[in-house]
Amino acid sequence: MPLLTVDRLTKNFGGLAAVSNVSIQLEENELVGLIGPNGAGKTTLFNLLTGVYEPSEGSVTFNENGKETLLNKMKPYAIADLGISRTFQNIRLFKDLTVLDNVLIGFNSKNKQGIFSSVLRLPSFYRQEAELKERSIELLKIFDMENELETLARNLPYGQQRRLEIIRALATQPKLLFLDEPAAGMNPQETAELTELIRKIHQEFGITIVLIEHDMSLVMDVCERLYVLEYGQLIAQGTPAEIKENKRVIQAYLGGEI
Amino acid sequence: MRKNLKYNLSWLLLAVAVYLGIFVLKSVGLLSGIVEDTLSLIGINVILAVGLNLIIGFSGQFSLGHAGFMAIGAYATAIFTQIQSTYTGFLLSILIGVGITIVVALVVGIPTLRLKGDYLAIATLGIAEIIRILIVNGKDDLSQGIFATGGAAGVFGIVDYANWEVIYIFMVLTTIIIANFIHSSTGRTVLSIREDEIAAEAMGVNSTKVKVLAFVLGAATASIAGSLHASYIQTIVPGDFGFMKSVDILIIVVFGGIGSLTGSFVAAILLGILNHVLRNVQAISDYRMIVYALALIIIMIFKPGGLLGKKELSMKKLFQRIGKGGKENASVDR
Ligand SMILES: Nc1ncnc2c1ncn2[C@@H]1O[C@H](COP(=O)(O)OP(=O)(O)OP(=O)(O)O)[C@@H](O)[C@H]1O
Ligand SMILES: [Mg+2]
Repeated sequence: MPLLTVDRLTKNFGGLAAVSNVSIQLEENELVGLIGPNGAGKTTLFNLLTGVYEPSEGSVTFNENGKETLLNKMKPYAIADLGISRTFQNIRLFKDLTVLDNVLIGFNSKNKQGIFSSVLRLPSFYRQEAELKERSIELLKIFDMENELETLARNLPYGQQRRLEIIRALATQPKLLFLDEPAAGMNPQETAELTELIRKIHQEFGITIVLIEHDMSLVMDVCERLYVLEYGQLIAQGTPAEIKENKRVIQAYLGGEI
Repeated sequence: MRKNLKYNLSWLLLAVAVYLGIFVLKSVGLLSGIVEDTLSLIGINVILAVGLNLIIGFSGQFSLGHAGFMAIGAYATAIFTQIQSTYTGFLLSILIGVGITIVVALVVGIPTLRLKGDYLAIATLGIAEIIRILIVNGKDDLSQGIFATGGAAGVFGIVDYANWEVIYIFMVLTTIIIANFIHSSTGRTVLSIREDEIAAEAMGVNSTKVKVLAFVLGAATASIAGSLHASYIQTIVPGDFGFMKSVDILIIVVFGGIGSLTGSFVAAILLGILNHVLRNVQAISDYRMIVYALALIIIMIFKPGGLLGKKELSMKKLFQRIGKGGKENASVDR
């Protein structure tokens, strides 16, 4: 049983089928790429899988240790609680909060504190708070950001903002992580660092990662398997080598006749 | 753990020092009755502003009916202390007001806070007006029924259990509760919703639940302020809790800084002093709302984030600065 099973998923916006009859499967600890021209429906697919939109048709099933959950009508926060996290194409950090607070909020999902122990400042509150802080700092350390704890997210350089968004997503302790164009707007140096970062997360955290990316060298470099979308439809899937040779894909990207 | 104790103790010390300061000034006869009135009014306004700031400044929701919740507390105390004219009765009346307020806030908050957008503003505006009209149509006195709000004439002769000390203690308590709430894990999720609701939900924050929680907590403290107001002033009329009162509180929040509890304190104190100084100037009390509006416009032009923006007085930062030998102000970005 795959970790995530997407079956004939469709999303209509008025007359436009932004995602149309898409079926995909994600296994545990896979690194999968999702590519396609602008407007192909990649972000919409992520939004469907994380509960931002409700599917028009089809189903999304999450399977954790044999326990199946239908995600179709679930709210984003409930899906996040199941262990599915994401980043956004247009960075969505908590801009006026510090780097540390951004990560702490990620941790909140799996580590809820009681309101009464917080308001009454019981010893358990301080203990839990100290523990969460320690774990946040540890996580930031892995990605070399432990020196920016008190920096406001809005004041970070662009590349670090992207990085922080990924760290915040990891703080929710996901089994499945969706990254929407993490390399967008990065220079080659930053892209190279990001490539390493994604590899590192894949290896050290043992989670499944789905990556939307226009930077083909990055995708071909790190992904084990690719899905290709065009006009909302899945037009190809396979290993990077197979996709490179796929006529249908070449046509979609070059826009020419076969 | 040690450190936390140190910060908490210094806050306690500050609270006690201010209390003793006022107490000594009063004992040696330096505080006239009018000054005491001003101090009490400031205390009540701090409670109101801190609660509203939680809703507006921290959770990012817009409420225009804070005075409505204040009215619930005020009338709960006005009526219940007639039935039970003891100090315990007074404290019970505060609890009753808070209880009713929580129910009303849940009824208003749950349906509107599910939606994205400023529906809460409209709903709170409406509920405050409904509460006021209900009160205007209440019974004249207890012989006619429990809902004895005295109609448009109001209630007078309410027992004065709330003196400046009681108000001060409640002010400190409600501030501690709200500040502790904000600086907790749930409090951080409240801030995350203000920053970006979609991202917050994607991080597992149940935004409706958290928004409702902040709203209910803010409303409950307004009810406490209402109870204190009724018992201190001893006379209340429905008009005390109209739309203009909600605007008054809003002005304190905006003036001090949307998202700064310290700012709400500073603004409540400054505006309280201003009111005190100008209390005999007839022209100003006639045109108070115009003066307020002008002050607000000037603030918006020169300091759009309010006096303090989002800055807070923090003992931790204060100690760190003293430790470094610096003598600068301790207000730092939170
Ligand atoms: N909320 C919406 N309402 C209406 N149309 C939408 C909405 N969201 C997306 N679309 C449309 O659906 C199509 C797919 O958009 P989507 O953002 O998923 O593409 P994408 O593959 O992520 O593109 P890009 O590479 O540019 O990010 C586009 O035509 C877009 O205009
Ligand atoms: Mg996109």
